[in-house]
Amino acid sequence: MIHTLIQYIQSYLDSDKTPGGAGNIFWAIVYIMLVFVGLSVAVIAMNWLERKILAHMQVRLGPMRVGPHGLLQPIADAIKLLLKEDIIPAEADAAVFWIAPFIVVLAAFTVFVVVPFGPTHAITDMNIGILFMLGVSSLSVLGIVTAGWASNSHYPLIGALRSSAQMVSYEVAMGLAVISAIMMTSLNDQSTGTLSMIGIVQAQLAQGEWFIFKFFPLGLIGFGIFAIAMVAETNRAPFDLPEAESELTAGFHTEYSGFRWSLFFLAEYSAMIAVSSIAVTLWLGGWLRPFPNLLSGPTWDLLFSLFPGVSFLLLAVMCFYNTARMPKHPLFRVQTIGLAGFGVVLGLIGLILFIPAVRIRVTDIFWFATKVAAFMYLYIWYRGTFPRYRFDQLMKVGWKVLLPTGLALLILTALVGMRAELWAELQGAWRP
Amino acid sequence: MTDPNTLSPDLETLDLETHDKTFLDANELVINMGPQHPATHGVLRVILRLDGEKVMGLECVIGYLHRGVEKIAENRTYTMFNPYVDRMDYVAAVSNGLGYCEAVEKLLNVEAPPRAQYVRVILTELNRMASHQLWLGTHALDIGAITPLFYTFRDREEILKIFEKYCGARLTTHAFRIGGLQYETYEGFEKEVKTFVSFVRPKIDEYEELLTTNRIWLERTKGVGKISGKDAIALGVTGPVLRASGVKWDIRKALPYANYKNFDFDIPTGENGDTYDRYLVRMAEFRQSLRIIEQAVDNIPEGPIMAKVPKVIKPPVGEIYHSIEAPKGELGFFIVSDGSTQPYRIRVRPPSFVNLQALDVMCRGQLVADVIAVIGTLDIVLGEVDR
Repeated sequence: MIHTLIQYIQSYLDSDKTPGGAGNIFWAIVYIMLVFVGLSVAVIAMNWLERKILAHMQVRLGPMRVGPHGLLQPIADAIKLLLKEDIIPAEADAAVFWIAPFIVVLAAFTVFVVVPFGPTHAITDMNIGILFMLGVSSLSVLGIVTAGWASNSHYPLIGALRSSAQMVSYEVAMGLAVISAIMMTSLNDQSTGTLSMIGIVQAQLAQGEWFIFKFFPLGLIGFGIFAIAMVAETNRAPFDLPEAESELTAGFHTEYSGFRWSLFFLAEYSAMIAVSSIAVTLWLGGWLRPFPNLLSGPTWDLLFSLFPGVSFLLLAVMCFYNTARMPKHPLFRVQTIGLAGFGVVLGLIGLILFIPAVRIRVTDIFWFATKVAAFMYLYIWYRGTFPRYRFDQLMKVGWKVLLPTGLALLILTALVGMRAELWAELQGAWRP
Repeated sequence: MTDPNTLSPDLETLDLETHDKTFLDANELVINMGPQHPATHGVLRVILRLDGEKVMGLECVIGYLHRGVEKIAENRTYTMFNPYVDRMDYVAAVSNGLGYCEAVEKLLNVEAPPRAQYVRVILTELNRMASHQLWLGTHALDIGAITPLFYTFRDREEILKIFEKYCGARLTTHAFRIGGLQYETYEGFEKEVKTFVSFVRPKIDEYEELLTTNRIWLERTKGVGKISGKDAIALGVTGPVLRASGVKWDIRKALPYANYKNFDFDIPTGENGDTYDRYLVRMAEFRQSLRIIEQAVDNIPEGPIMAKVPKVIKPPVGEIYHSIEAPKGELGFFIVSDGSTQPYRIRVRPPSFVNLQALDVMCRGQLVADVIAVIGTLDIVLGEVDR
């Protein structure tokens, strides 16, 4: 009995499929847990990073008190939010008010079912993966609208209206950009395109270039449209109108507090990660390391697989450097030890990542995460730089700039992709 | 009709219809913005009538910060009232002090000695810069750019440090006395001011780099909150808001006070009277202030810092109106003296209060987001509006 079970668990390790694809429930659950925990950690890390990076852009220090360099600040915040009173306004529609944040969180987390962290590192691989992602992630607007409506208050209502209009109009442009990338996947001998997230990355590997460089500058334009639309889609600066702080106090979540508010926060950040992973998958080669075709061979593979360990070790070194720079004062003793401890933990993780068995399995995840992290940094950078668009200008950008560009891009991609066939057809028409 | 003693009129009694009879009842939404709102710069309450996001009309409700400063003046001696004026426009306290002291000096028919005049100009211009820095930071924050706020506050800190060294206070400075200065300048004052000038000049370029050609900033400010020069004059609007509408009116040039006629500086004006022009005018004023400070610091004469003023100030019976160019516009003091040690009546003409009436004209037909931008560009301080 137990033997069968172990065999069932072990059998997956030899397969080259995703847990969902192999139909292995045990590993699927493990993967779901890992994604859930990893996502939560990523959101917590993002919280800290956003505050620190933004602070350093704005000539200030950011959180410095809770833990060394404020490392424990997000945890302190999380505890504070959980302990806060959960207020439901008397005039609000309690049931809808209660359920709205869960819709948003569900939508934001469910999309990760198909996100490919590696050729086998996805919970499952759907043949309609990208459609599933776009579809489910756009459900979150439902939660935002219900949140704004159920609050029964003016500011949330306006925020929710803005949000629904914004998300609906940017999804169109987003979809057009996505289609142009999907069309690129069909440029192979069999002319078979794919909507599967894993398939899209494998197509980039097979064609030997990331789709951002495909048909230059068409791929780049598509990526640009998506990169703009995804910021609007996640309601982040400079498109953060639904929660425009200076106009609508906090937009659709004005009336929310405590745990329920933190759910919106969680959803916002995981949605950011989700759309970034779509962009990474479609245009930046997903889990592929730089130059997988050009610099191939065992030596290069080995070299690139050392990257995760090295980067963690570098982080550890940074921690130790900052430990040495800590003020030599009894008051800072705990913080100094804490920072050194954090460095040790990072260093250990780095060393573990050097173990060959781990190394092979983790490299893909590392490259994927690095690319997503670059997008996260962009998000923070935007927020530090740009003023906020006005509502009508936002609509103008969406409908009058991104949408026509997207349509033109779609046609151009099709024409360029089919140029050989077109040429043959034309010649045939010319000389019958 | 509203009872005149009612402090905050209710929504029902507000007479918005008389302004505009084209309201569509079915679509309109009344929103109460403030007095607790992140973008109303204090305790301003704006009642907005919206059609979707379009502003059909608005009414300002003020008085949440009313402290009765003018009434207090009637029960204080002229000297005792001096610190109170700092609390009106608390981001430009030095300008308030200058206006009040000069008004009383005019009433007494004394004039501050040249050294005092120069130091007054330096401090007032420094304060103008501090006020404009605060305006720029908060205005950009309202429009959604959070970073300029920290840059301007970093540089404003240097000005406040000079104030603190000079008189011990950073915000409500009470820097001047009737007849001259509170203190002799401290050792190295001139050098520090010069260092500040060379420090802040590149910083102003830095602010401009972030905003002036920023595409989103241009879209958010160009053509927003337009007011023509004619309208602005009719509404009594003064200061940078008026100058941005193309009216070249600066009391420093038009009715020179202190010793502004000795300095060489320009009056920057705009053309369109929109938010962007007001931004440009204020940015140009930064540089003009620097010019004035540079000229003043180089020429501070030696000599006494106080004119001969009696210990007990008892101006002759009479009345006086004296106005200065505060950072926000024309700041006027109307003082009626009955010959006693206390003023019979003081009436302050605060620039913020008068400029605020233009809000309705500037916002009508625009969007909610523009209301925020316009409130920011008017550069109001509620302490001064309500007094």
